[in-house]
Amino acid sequence: MPKTIGREEVRRLAAAGAQIVDVLPPEEYAHAHIAGAMSLPLKELTPELVRARLDPTRPIVVYCYDPT
Amino acid sequence: MSPRAAWLLEALGFTDVSHYLGGISDWSAAALPIGGHLAEELTIGTLARRDVTTCHLGDPVDGILERMGREAYAACFVLNDEGVLLGRIYRSDLRAGRGPTAADAMRPGPSTYRPDMTAGDMLARMREHNLHTAPVTTSDGKLVGLVRRGELARAVEPKRQRSSSKPS
Repeated sequence: MPKTIGREEVRRLAAAGAQIVDVLPPEEYAHAHIAGAMSLPLKELTPELVRARLDPTRPIVVYCYDPT
Repeated sequence: MSPRAAWLLEALGFTDVSHYLGGISDWSAAALPIGGHLAEELTIGTLARRDVTTCHLGDPVDGILERMGREAYAACFVLNDEGVLLGRIYRSDLRAGRGPTAADAMRPGPSTYRPDMTAGDMLARMREHNLHTAPVTTSDGKLVGLVRRGELARAVEPKRQRSSSKPS
């Protein structure tokens, strides 16, 4: 089950080498994203793409705009 | 959106997946590092003065007035131990005899603005509401600093003049 985390935990995980994934549409990513985050829009999360872009041995943090 | 993404990644075999509840909205409002076009904008988080006068609820007002004089600010921000902004005290409040502690003298709940607001938007708002200064806080209420209207105007308007003088 995915964990729900807050800002401080994101900072800790990012510093420890987690993959930070922005799942917003590309234009939203282009406007603003967490420094160092990669763009993997939700609508493009196909098995081929995620297996090509994400390392299964490292933690992953996904985020969008806000909780809504 | 991101909870669904997290569940989908788990379904695809990724075992250590977290979902950041606050998202980019919370991150940028906390003045943390961002990329993208917004990172190139002048924001109030960048322009806010950090050298503001602060005190705690139990501080006696005599010392606060003395510090405000020394530091040349007309207001002092009252913080808790976590740096969360609880209130503001004006020099005139202290001269009028409010006290004896910061908690007694402060005006609670000042209006605050997030660090990712652009300087241009903030300047427009300050003009519209005739504000001369405004405190900047993170989304969880921690004081970042203070913006002054004159400083925002100097930062924003030379840029506008340069862009309006470009040949069309």
